[in-house]
Formats: sequence, structure tokens, C-alpha cells
Amino acid sequence: MVSTPENKNYKVIGTRPIRHDGYDKVTGRAQYGADIKLPGMLIGAVARSPYAHAKIKSIDTSEAENMDGVFAVMTAKDLPRLGDVVRGNSEESGSERHLSENVMAFDKVLYKGHVVAGVAAKDQNTAFEAVKKIKVDYEVLKPVINVDQAMAKDASILHEDYSGDHLGKKVKNTNIAAHVRHENGNIDDGFKKSDLVVEKEVDMQTVHQGYIEPHSGTAVWDEEDRVKVWTSTQGSFAVRDSVSKVLDLDVSRVKVTPMEIGGGFGGKIPIYLEPISAVLSKKTRRPVKTMMSRTDVFDATGPGPGGKVKVKIGIDSEGKILAAYADIRLEAGAYPEAFIEAAAKCVFSCYDVPSMKIDAYDVVVNKPSSAPYRAPASPQVAFATETVVDEICNIKGYDPIDFRLKNVAEKGTRTALGPKYRTIGLKECLEAAKESDHWKSDLDSNPKSGKKRGRGIASGYWFNIGFKSSVNLSLNPDGKVALIEGSTDIGGSRASIAMQAAEVLGIPAEDVRPSVVDTDSIGITDVTGGSRTTYATGYAAYNAAHKLIEQIIEKSALKWDISKDQIEYSDGVVRSKTDSELKMTLKEIADDPPGGPIVSSASVDLEEAGGGFAVHIADLEIDEETGKTDVVNYTAIQDVGKAIHPSYVEGQMQGGAAQGIGWALNEEYFMSDDGIMLNSSYLDYRMPTSLDLPMINTIMVEVPSEEHPYGVRGVGEPPIVPPVPAIGNAINNALGLRLLSTPMKPSRITKALKRKK
Amino acid sequence: MIKIFLPYKIRETLDVPTEIEAHGSNLRNLIDHIEDMYPGVKDYLVDEGKLRPGMSAVIDGKTTRLGLIHKLDNVSEIHFLPSIAGGSK
Repeated sequence: MVSTPENKNYKVIGTRPIRHDGYDKVTGRAQYGADIKLPGMLIGAVARSPYAHAKIKSIDTSEAENMDGVFAVMTAKDLPRLGDVVRGNSEESGSERHLSENVMAFDKVLYKGHVVAGVAAKDQNTAFEAVKKIKVDYEVLKPVINVDQAMAKDASILHEDYSGDHLGKKVKNTNIAAHVRHENGNIDDGFKKSDLVVEKEVDMQTVHQGYIEPHSGTAVWDEEDRVKVWTSTQGSFAVRDSVSKVLDLDVSRVKVTPMEIGGGFGGKIPIYLEPISAVLSKKTRRPVKTMMSRTDVFDATGPGPGGKVKVKIGIDSEGKILAAYADIRLEAGAYPEAFIEAAAKCVFSCYDVPSMKIDAYDVVVNKPSSAPYRAPASPQVAFATETVVDEICNIKGYDPIDFRLKNVAEKGTRTALGPKYRTIGLKECLEAAKESDHWKSDLDSNPKSGKKRGRGIASGYWFNIGFKSSVNLSLNPDGKVALIEGSTDIGGSRASIAMQAAEVLGIPAEDVRPSVVDTDSIGITDVTGGSRTTYATGYAAYNAAHKLIEQIIEKSALKWDISKDQIEYSDGVVRSKTDSELKMTLKEIADDPPGGPIVSSASVDLEEAGGGFAVHIADLEIDEETGKTDVVNYTAIQDVGKAIHPSYVEGQMQGGAAQGIGWALNEEYFMSDDGIMLNSSYLDYRMPTSLDLPMINTIMVEVPSEEHPYGVRGVGEPPIVPPVPAIGNAINNALGLRLLSTPMKPSRITKALKRKK
Repeated sequence: MIKIFLPYKIRETLDVPTEIEAHGSNLRNLIDHIEDMYPGVKDYLVDEGKLRPGMSAVIDGKTTRLGLIHKLDNVSEIHFLPSIAGGSK
């Protein structure tokens, strides 16, 4: 671990206690989304479109309704028709109408797997049989399945009634939902003055988050029009808000209980089945649980967007970047929002660029509506930028780390969107990479195996959001502390949040017991996403712990009949400053404290945590005959701000790297011309397993965030950004082949080798 | 005076320079001042008395979470930008 400045003398932070939810998860006691069982519960199932693009002419549900064991059937006619109101100003932004139409199609299906009807039945088999009896008459339309098709002049249009926003102009009959532009300085002048200009265009395929647990949604709609929902989600309040919108209910009529979550990576933020179960429950007055299969998950839930990104960079004769241009075209899937603003923010984020221009296009296509996937849109643009940077270094003979250091973004550097960086740690990451054992090691470019070896390096960025979080603390009579939070725990956040409270209270992490509760039991807490949870909910826990100490001191003052000013607290002991005989442990003060129990609560609404940067080094071994690529050594370096629980930070870095390697080498939505995903199972959608990867080495660099008392930055998202270009650059280093499309699979490598010969 | 940077589409649509200067004790007053100079800008930035959904204000590098009531003491630059939390649809 590399720390700057010096480590503070923490007692809990930086240690590695066993996670509070560990035993439940390894013993199988933990309850995930589909584990919920309620008295009288029915099973829901949905009918999905077999076509990627079609008008719904009619739906006949009569045969399904008349089946034995079927309790209710619904279509979009059972949902309120919503307008084009923009929801929220944060992570739940988007159109209410599109939110609803993605849950269930009204007039048109926009991707294979789009839901058209739902059934509630006595059991799963009956529900599935009933779904088969729903007759839908479609008028099949030509699909568009990539940005080139969607942006073509004669393209089939997904949303005939929708206007795209093209630099402020409303445009009808277009699949370009938005065209945005950002400009700083004069790029024409910058390119004119450049000694070398390099331009590349990369083509990224659609990829899925690949969480292990499929989606499910269970609901009870009671006689007072109150809806209770149980689901596996990254944000129970986001589900509450979305469900209330789709069902046109006041938000307080919806209560969401988050179950344990078997992975999300951004894909468990949107809602899918929850409103369907709710409407079926309203019709039957019984609880309804609806679940997805793995194929449903691939066909109909948010993938990360594919697309094309063109980057052009000009440098002077000294190797300083003068100008940069990016053209970013990303697939939103069926409904707008392909995270193009995030892409624009990230595309040149690692460099100090005096003049730049970015054009970004949000393009709807006949694929499932894209969802956030770990640093949404940042890996896509990093592939282009880091490839161009590598090419510049190759052409000019620059050391790739020295070139990056020469042009590094630092505190005060103006970002692509305009604002200047506060304290960031990219330079420290690059320096750590340069000093790493991996970078200093010999590559052995001609191993005994006869295969080719290559090394690549790349940088990446994510901006780490803040937003709202709430935490309640109560001191139990045994001196232990119950911590109540609303952040669903994807990657060990119970531990990282409890540890921050424990640090303030000066007690072991094990003495703070965290619980994730429903939306009626804690203040509003935004999603576990955007790398915000340890930062924002941890900050709320920090504040709540300080308030708890204030309570402890107040109660002690009452008990001892002395002034609060005469009392101090440290390490779980409250004591008089003037009388050494007067002191109590937490257990002693918690036992019948005067004036009632000792409790506290705190909420925050935070700005960004300060950006997170990662630098990855990849060594590959490639069989030229088969094109098979093995990752033989991999190091992830990252500015983590302050690692609260280093094991879980390392886990995030390793997990992000593993997913990114999957994007680079294996993963893609393999689509037929008519818009059908042909590899919608884990057998055919090839994600890397532990057998495919070496141990991912990690180097945590600690440059504390200015925005958090312990310097926490988000850590979950930056590590997925560098792998694709790092692998691409390593392939180029090994074979002299510049592959510009993902995945860089064996067939692509062998074909490129043949072309080269 | 505070340096103000508006999104490209507002600049293009309303013919506003890349960088302008304005003042205000808080963000609400500052937007009113911009509106006086460039009529029409406020509609892009404010909706129902709040920052328009999808719009954010970055004040000296920090995205405000207080919105229009954010006080502007010793502020040198503000960028109005589309919100980019990267969340759900």
C-alpha cells in the first residue's frame, strides 16, 4: 500500500475484521430476492416478445384467464399511462413514460424479451403454461441493433412520437435521443500546431453485468391501497420511487424491503417485475412473486451500452498534448440514456488537455434498455483514448508511464466539462505503477511455450458520486451499538460503514451491529452505486457516532450531576476530566441511562467524493495458431482515498479488473440480424472464471479525498475502466496488431494475424 | 463577479458567450442576474423554483446539493452542467 500523506493512527480503520453478514452468507441463512415466502403467495410469470421490434396489434388473454389455477392476467392496460415527465435530478433521472413502458409494453415492443403481459397462478408450471396461451398479434418491424444502423438515414425508428434533442434543437423521427457537445479552447488551432496527430475508432460490444442472482419482485397490494415490495435491489428508495410512479401511487403507500443482493454492478437499480407483481396482487388480493430466468436477465435487463468511440489526440514535439477530440456514439437500448454525459466527463479525464471538443450521441436501438454497469460509459471511452495514447507512445518511442506523467491531470487541471479537479491521485498511481515489481519485471517476450507475450498499460477514471444517506444508532444495554442503514450491501459496505462508526466511538468493529432495513424504517438513502456508499453512508455513520457521544456525555452529566464540559469520552469510556474516580464504560452508561435510551441519527446529502483513478498493467501470452489469450500477470493500482477495510477494497479492485478482462477478451451480446441475442446463457456468454485469470495483484494508493473526514473515495468503479485498453495495448505489444473491437477473441486475433501476413 | 459557464446547447440557442460574468448572493440571485443579461437562460436552468431536473451547478469544482439556496461567498467560477449520476431510467 502506498499512502500519502502519512497514515493517521486509526484503531479500526485500515483493519480487516470479518464482515458482519459473513456467517449468514456462507451458511445459506441469508435471504435473497427469490427466497421470500408469504402465506397464500401466488407465482407470477410474464409473456415476452419474441421480436426485437414490433407493433402490438392485439393481445388475447382469454384462454389464459380461463385456465385452472390461474388467478389473474394483466396487460399494460392495467397500468396508468404516464407522461414524458423527467424524474428526479440524480440517479433516478429519466422519463416516467419510458420507465413504465419498459416494465410492460403498451403499443410497441422494442426488444426481444420486452414484457407484454403477466399472469398470477397457483404455481410456476401453471403460470408458465398460462403465459403460453396468451396470444399476441404483432406487426413485425425491422430492428436496428447497433449505432450505425440506428443512425442511418433510412433507419427504422423506435419512437415515432419522440423528439430527440440535438444540441438544443428538437428533432422528430430520429433514433438519436440526444446529441451533446462540450468544448474547451480551440482544437483547430491545437491540432494545427501539433507535431503528431493520432486518431482511432473503437467498437465496443454490448455486455451484461452478469450478477449471479436473477431479478425477482414480490408484492402485496392491501385493502388500503398500500403496496409492500420485497426485492433484490441496489436502492430500496429508488425502487419505492419508481414503483410509486409506475403505479401512480403516493410514495408513502409503497414500502420496499430490500433482500440480500446477489450482485448488481449497476444492473439492480432499475425496476422490472415489482410493479407487475403489485398489479397482479391487487387483482388477486394475494401476495405475488415473479422471478426471471437467466435468459430473461440477458434478454430483457440492462446491459452496459455498446457503441463506437472515435478519439483524436495531437501532441507537440515535446510530447505535450495540445488538442483532443472525441466522437462518442453509445447504445441506450430501447429507451434513451446511454450515459453519454458520463462518457464525456471521463473520456479525457486522465490528461491535462488545453483544448478539447467532445460530441456525444445517445442512440436508441432494439436491445434491452441499458442500465448502469460499473463506471457507466467510462470503459467504452477509455478504450479509445488509451489506445490512441499507446499508439502515440509507440510511434514516438515514449515510455508509456512517462508520457502519462508528462500530461497527467492533477489538482487544478480543468476537466473536459469545465470544472477544475480538486485533490486527485492519478500522478501517485502512475508513480506507484512505475515502481511496481510488475512494471520492473522482465516480460520474457519469447517464453518456452513458443507463444507470444506482450505487456500493456492503461489508466481510467470514475467520478464517485455523493448524494443522500441516513444512519440511526442506538446504544444497547450491553454496551454494543445497533446501526440501522438504508444502503443495500453489495460489496461489504455493512463492514465499511460500521467501522467508521466504531472508529469514532473507539470500540471494535464487531461491537457495532449493522442492519439494512426497509424504506419505512430509515431516512432516504440513495442507491448503492456510483461508488458512493462507503463515502456517503459512512459519512452519515461518522456524524451519527459523534451525536451518540454527545448523548453519552449528556446522560453521564445527568447521572454524575456535573457539567458536560467536565466530561470527556474516548475508546468506549466516559470519564470526568477532574475526578479520576468518575468513569463508566459504554455498558455501564447504557444500563438504564437517565432520561431514556441513548440514540442518534444523522443524514447527509454530499457532493462528489473527488475522482478515483486506476492504472492497470497486463501481461498476456497469446497462441498465434489458435488466438487464445491468457492473462499471465496483472496488476491493478488505484487511488482509494483511504481504505476503510483493505480486503474489500482489494476485492473491488480485483473484481473490477476481472470484469474488464471479460469485456476485453470474451464478452459480447452475439446478435442475429433480426435482433435476437443468440448467447443468452452463461454457457455461451463467456465470462472469465477463476480458472481463466491469474491472481490480480493490487496496489492501493491512498491520496485522501478532501470531502470526507477519513479521506474516503469510492473504489468500486475505477477498476473496470483500464482493463480493455490495457489488454488491447498488450496484444499490440505481443503481436503488432492493433485490435479496435471487443471482444478481442481468438477468432478476431487469428483473422487479424492472417491479414497481417 | 463570478465566471459563469453555460452548457453548449444553451450558449448556441441563446447566443451566449462561452464565459460570462455575473453576481448574486446565492445561486437563485445569480441566475436572475444572468437572466437580466441573457433572457431565456433561466428557463433552461430553473423549473418550479428549483434547479431544473437534469441540471447541476458545479461551484468551484463542487456540485452543489443545496440548489438555488447555495450561498456564493468567495466563489470564482460556476459551471452549469447536465446531471450525470449515471443511474437508472
